[in-house]
Amino acid sequence: MTPPRPSHHLPPRRAARATARFALAAMLAACSGGRTWTEAPPRLADTGLYADAATRTVAVDAIPFEPQYPLWTDGAAKRRWISLPPGTAVDARDVDDWQFPVGTRLWKQFTFATGVETRFLARRADGSWLYASYVRTPDGRDDVLAPATGVRQFCATANGRSHDVPSHADCRLCHENGRSPVLGFSALQLSGDRDPLAPNAVPPAAGALDLAGFVARGLVQNLPAAHRATPPRIAARTPTERAALGYLHGNCASCHNASGPLERLGLRLDYPLAAGGTAPAIASTLGVASRFTRGGATQRVAAGDPEHSVLFARVTADDPVTQMPPFGRHLVDATATNLIARWIREDLAATGPSPSQPLSSRQD
Amino acid sequence: MNTIAKLFLVAAVAASTLAAVSLLGRRTEPTPVERGRYLVHTTGCNDCHTPWHMGPQGPEPDMSRLLSGHPADFELAPLPPASPGWMMHAAPTNTAWAGPWGVSFTANLTPDKATGLGTWTVDEFVAAIRTGRHQGRGRQILPPMPAPAYAQMTDADLQAMFAYLQTIPAIANKVPEPLPPQ
Ligand code: HEC
Ligand code: HEC
Ligand code: HEC
Repeated sequence: MTPPRPSHHLPPRRAARATARFALAAMLAACSGGRTWTEAPPRLADTGLYADAATRTVAVDAIPFEPQYPLWTDGAAKRRWISLPPGTAVDARDVDDWQFPVGTRLWKQFTFATGVETRFLARRADGSWLYASYVRTPDGRDDVLAPATGVRQFCATANGRSHDVPSHADCRLCHENGRSPVLGFSALQLSGDRDPLAPNAVPPAAGALDLAGFVARGLVQNLPAAHRATPPRIAARTPTERAALGYLHGNCASCHNASGPLERLGLRLDYPLAAGGTAPAIASTLGVASRFTRGGATQRVAAGDPEHSVLFARVTADDPVTQMPPFGRHLVDATATNLIARWIREDLAATGPSPSQPLSSRQD
Repeated sequence: MNTIAKLFLVAAVAASTLAAVSLLGRRTEPTPVERGRYLVHTTGCNDCHTPWHMGPQGPEPDMSRLLSGHPADFELAPLPPASPGWMMHAAPTNTAWAGPWGVSFTANLTPDKATGLGTWTVDEFVAAIRTGRHQGRGRQILPPMPAPAYAQMTDADLQAMFAYLQTIPAIANKVPEPLPPQ
């Protein structure tokens, strides 16, 4: 951390305030393990996840949480933790764009039959985020920093495919494409009103907190009253639709939203709690011409017809040119494929609100 | 010479030297568009992004379709059977390639809004070349696009190329999506 500029540049009161701010930031950094996270530490144990690294006993300040609409990563079992510096809280004022204090740390551990990867996010004093990934050594004893370029084919998964540890550039492509870089710790994802049909969801781990739990502990503050009274939930016509919209939000919204660099595509698969009306994932897909076409599929979603829907084709593809998301998986998510096919066939049949729009008017 | 006259002379020499230096500077310092034109035409973009036709001297880029990518109306012949002795086949336009990655088609680099780089930002262009990812954030950009080579250019050079590409005639040509491997 660089100290504030010499105080003779500032009038005395402002200089005093700047020094105090710096001292506060330094104190907060000290609380998060005495680190400023300018560089990723060489071992997972140095990030503060464990109270006892030898037995992998998780520190008490690392609180488990479980997003209800998880990302599909070729069937990996996942665990997640958050740690906030003492005396700080997440500001949930904007229900769709939570603000995290300096020193926030988040971990996500992926367990495959043949390997373990642990991803780490930490908020620096200047507001930016550190991205790092740790891979379990072959003898299983340690978890060491992976190179910033990632590790191709880190461990075998199924069907002759393997799991890639993403490069830091790829971490950013998913995490810094929308409003908040934190993707799975949000009002909708932590809601106690959990979706029983959400693909790949598992019951929260022992000791995990949900939205109400984090609010009760004072770790999430300023959540709008309406969401405190009733846990957030996707408004949908059927249980299938609720789960499909949730799946798209959890797996696709990091890129397909209204605020990131891909906004120009006009495809929105996010589910903002603050908005009402038709879900963007329906409004921007049903009957809308796709820029990317494949075979007979020319609309993003063709009413009642998954086989002619580009969205469906890209979820069911596992070739690198067609598949969505474009990286982060190699295997098809069969549960989600069935869910989305059912959604398009049953809930989006013949309700097409808008005819195909011409490409030119949609693209600029 | 008295002191005042000496000072005057020194000042005059200094001023004319400064003027000469700045004139020289102006002559050797190309604008970004000029620099971009130079780079685009010396680093091979035309070889792949301008469709080839049969000219008097044999196959050559058709400069009337400058950098407009694989022609959408071009009918691809059926692929020759894969053979272990050869890795890649090129269409006669030199804008479509079949290989282990499937079939790739060169992008339309003209500023056409609907089908070219017209709605791209300079940051997206730089990101695509640097990351080797489609639009800087999608799938891997396929061979034979030499993105790893161009990724070693400076930001200023990549920005200059983009600046030049935005000044060439816009040509509407919707390049097909790549085909996955068989
Ligand atoms: C394909 C997109 C993608 C890539 C690549 C990716 N992430 Fe994530 N990540 C997500 C999504 C979506 C979530 C939330 C859903 C979940 O946890 O299942 C998430 C969750 C996390 C979490 C838990 C906190 C949170 O944001 O919910 C951490 C920590 C994390 N990722 C770190 C990383 C790091 C470090 C990398 C690179 C080494 C990385 N991620 C690469 C999409 C991605
Ligand atoms: C890491 C970013 C990223 C993620 C995550 C992602 N996409 Fe995409 N998506 C892209 C990019 C880039 C494009 C544009 C290039 C292309 O078509 O390949 C795109 C294009 C699309 C298109 C074509 C739209 C059109 O009009 O051409 C569809 C449909 C799509 N994505 C669906 C999805 C679905 C469904 C998911 C989640 C299962 C998803 N995407 C997740 C980056 C992403
Ligand atoms: C050897 C052939 C070749 C040369 C030389 C070449 N390209 Fe390409 N380029 C391609 C191919 C093939 C594609 C399509 C790849 C794909 O769809 O993944 C492409 C795609 C692109 C794209 C689109 C990237 C994206 O995000 O999808 C841009 C931009 C580009 N080239 C710029 C250039 C520039 C600028 C030059 C010269 C400095 C150049 N190319 C030289 C073959 C070439």
